[in-house]
Amino acid sequence: MLEVAGLEAGYGGFRALHDIALTVEAGEAVAVVGPNGAGKTTLMRAISGLLAPRAGRVVFEGTDLAAVPPHRIVERGIAHVPENRRLFPRLTVEENLKMGAFSPAARPHFAERLEWVYSLFPRMRERRAQVAGTMSGGEQQMCAIGRALMSKPKLLLMDEPSAGLAPVIVDQVFDLVRRIRQEGFTVLIVEQNVRQVLELVDRAYVLEVGTIRKSGTAAALKSDPAIREAYLGI
Amino acid sequence: MKPGWILLGLALLLPPFLPISDYTLHIIILVLLWAFVYTSWTVMGRFGLVSLGHGAFLGLGTYTTALLWNHYGLSPWLGLPLGVIVAVAVALVIGYPCSRLKVVGHYFALVTLALTEVVRLSIVAWRDVTGGSLGMTPNTVPPNSFEAMQFTRFTWYWVALAAWAIGLYVWHRVDRSMTRAAMDAISDDETAAAAVGIDVTRQKLAVTTISAAMTAVGGALIGQYQMYLNPETMAGVGVSLQIVFAAISGGMYVILGPTVGAVLTIVLQEFLRILFGTRFIGAAATIYGIMLILFIIFMPTGICGVIVDKLRKRRA
Amino acid sequence: MDIFLVEAIVNGILLGGILALLALGLNLIFGVIDVVWIAYAELVMCGMYAIYWLYAVHGVPLPIAAPIAIVFVAILGVLVHKLIISPILGSAPINQLLATGGLLFFLQSFATLLFGADFRNIGLRLPIVEVGELFVSFARLLAFGVALLGMLGLWLFLKRTYVGTAIRAIAQDREIMVLMGVDPSRVYLITSALGGGLAGLASALLVLQYDVHPFIGLSFGPITFMICVLGGLGSMVGGFIAAFIMSQIISVGGFYTSIELSYVLAFLLFIVMIFVRPQGLFGVKS
Ligand SMILES: Nc1ncnc2c1ncn2[C@@H]1O[C@H](COP(=O)(O)OP(=O)(O)O)[C@@H](O)[C@H]1O
Ligand SMILES: [Mg+2]
Repeated sequence: MLEVAGLEAGYGGFRALHDIALTVEAGEAVAVVGPNGAGKTTLMRAISGLLAPRAGRVVFEGTDLAAVPPHRIVERGIAHVPENRRLFPRLTVEENLKMGAFSPAARPHFAERLEWVYSLFPRMRERRAQVAGTMSGGEQQMCAIGRALMSKPKLLLMDEPSAGLAPVIVDQVFDLVRRIRQEGFTVLIVEQNVRQVLELVDRAYVLEVGTIRKSGTAAALKSDPAIREAYLGI
Repeated sequence: MKPGWILLGLALLLPPFLPISDYTLHIIILVLLWAFVYTSWTVMGRFGLVSLGHGAFLGLGTYTTALLWNHYGLSPWLGLPLGVIVAVAVALVIGYPCSRLKVVGHYFALVTLALTEVVRLSIVAWRDVTGGSLGMTPNTVPPNSFEAMQFTRFTWYWVALAAWAIGLYVWHRVDRSMTRAAMDAISDDETAAAAVGIDVTRQKLAVTTISAAMTAVGGALIGQYQMYLNPETMAGVGVSLQIVFAAISGGMYVILGPTVGAVLTIVLQEFLRILFGTRFIGAAATIYGIMLILFIIFMPTGICGVIVDKLRKRRA
Repeated sequence: MDIFLVEAIVNGILLGGILALLALGLNLIFGVIDVVWIAYAELVMCGMYAIYWLYAVHGVPLPIAAPIAIVFVAILGVLVHKLIISPILGSAPINQLLATGGLLFFLQSFATLLFGADFRNIGLRLPIVEVGELFVSFARLLAFGVALLGMLGLWLFLKRTYVGTAIRAIAQDREIMVLMGVDPSRVYLITSALGGGLAGLASALLVLQYDVHPFIGLSFGPITFMICVLGGLGSMVGGFIAAFIMSQIISVGGFYTSIELSYVLAFLLFIVMIFVRPQGLFGVKS
């Protein structure tokens, strides 16, 4: 479904990613883990079109995304829950969800998808008229995921959905992600919370200083001594 | 000093002795006086302090001088410094909170714009004394009165030349002084400048004071030379923008930039005015307006900035 | 209370309507594109001349001339963005402000070239409405009512439509708009057209009350900027309220002193406000 090859990206004179290769098959859940500053966010941004790659290819369902204008990538079926949620703080919850359905293909389905998102997150229905910036972190994360789901993506990119949340809320967020998986979405998730995310995904990539150091099934990585030491603290 | 510069300096002394028309000499004087004002603006403008309010300082300088002369018979030689004091006082009253509270960019531009309107409207409102929007004329005395600062055109040339030269000298000094490194840091990144121990507020106030004082001097001289003051042409948004544009089109990062801006704008205006005559009022200014837009889009560093860039590239 | 004072207050409220409309247009552009169109009031002047030309010179009825003028100014707004702002969108904000300052010169002098510097009046005499002892010009009442309707229309647009929501959203987080499938450059164009359209609407209302001349923009351009900042740049509600505060200062201040001094008062208030509360009365601290 998604195939990244030879990807290089950066900011100004700084190269944050080099020679990244990564695949995600339909129906899979894949994690990208790694320390702070490794380039995980940059990778997500390069896939969703927020950042233009310097070299390499990002191919989604057979189309090279370099040829697609950034704002039309979401129509193709990639939705991105950005790092730090990035809700529109002064719009209401429902207006935020509406922005998620902005693309012409999504608009006719707004009402039914809104219902669906509300049924996934009943909390959002309660808060529908509330200004998004005034909600708790966990609620904001729900809203951000809901906003991405409004485009009914084929591939959902999530960048550290559990960051900055209290431990109890982190568990809730992981439950949410699990439910989204069960709904049949293909997920590519970035996490620092390696232990929990490895319980959730099929495969994972370990990204360090801009390159992929390791990859494998979640089970294999969980038992890899180096990973256990570096990320699982065992 | 190189002989070339000495020759150039001598050449500058020549115009009054050349067989040129009175009109040409008039244009040269205007160019010198306005070049002085534009240079004054760049003393602060080049450090990111883009003031849309220099009309205020211009107006305060010129009106203080002329009003004191007309109403109290105070010689412009005393009135002018008083005008400068008034302008500097106003500049500090506005400038101090601006730099303390980090009012920059749009906000700085709009505050200074409000200031210049305050000065213009006050002049208009105080019409019993200032003549309001009809303008005023300093009381005249026989020509070439030193006390009244009213000279013949021949003498005015020297006054204007001296003012202009002093303006360039001040620009040069500010450019060379410690302030420069500091201000570059400031306009790039205030927090970084503060972190390396540069007193941002003080540096900003220093250039603001110099700039306002020089502008007030320029205003007073222009008023005395033209012997006519009008709030629309000597204060307010209109003249403030005129100052900014001339300085930018010439190039505010190069010492002769504002002068080139003055030559360009005044000569162009006169040329277009003669070309189109009075039949098409507005034609000249229309072309001028288009040029300004093109300048800012395609040559934001101004004519001199582009030339200097080219020279540097060739050398490299 | 002094009946003339009451009249001044009423006129202040009526003036506030138009100022609010103008401030809203400018605010919209600032909030979305992050530029200050210094020449905004000059676009209003263009609309006024358009109506003058259509109605007074060519006899086109006002109900037709006014919409044409609105569309005309909306197109001007798009052109301003396409030709002036968009080539320098990446450069320092102050350059964008200055470029539209060049436009100000251009529009003023171009109007002088076409129409001369004379004051022009469309020569329409609207009645004076008498309410008790109070005399109110019908033109002002009409202008106030239409301005309110215009603002209501805009509010509905921003609240109800996808594009309207995107316009509000883009001011809050520019970068992630593409993730929503929004093409920012298209939103900028639509916003510029809207801002122009609002200026056009204001021009249709102002031409009923004032003579048009090439420099008329200078008489309400600066005050419009001040209102926007006072209300909090980007805050529509703030701009609305600030417009009425400023218009009262101008109208009632003018009643007690002179019109110029009342403007002086308004500008001084603005300067003090920037120092005391730079985010404006209702702005959000960034
Ligand atoms: N906007 C930016 N400009 C410059 N450098 C950046 C920017 N964003 C991230 N970086 C740098 O790129 C590298 C990778 O960052 P990022 O992708 O955010 O890492 P991660 O998400 O893995 O923590 C880091 O060294 C970071 O400092
Ligand atoms: Mg990150």
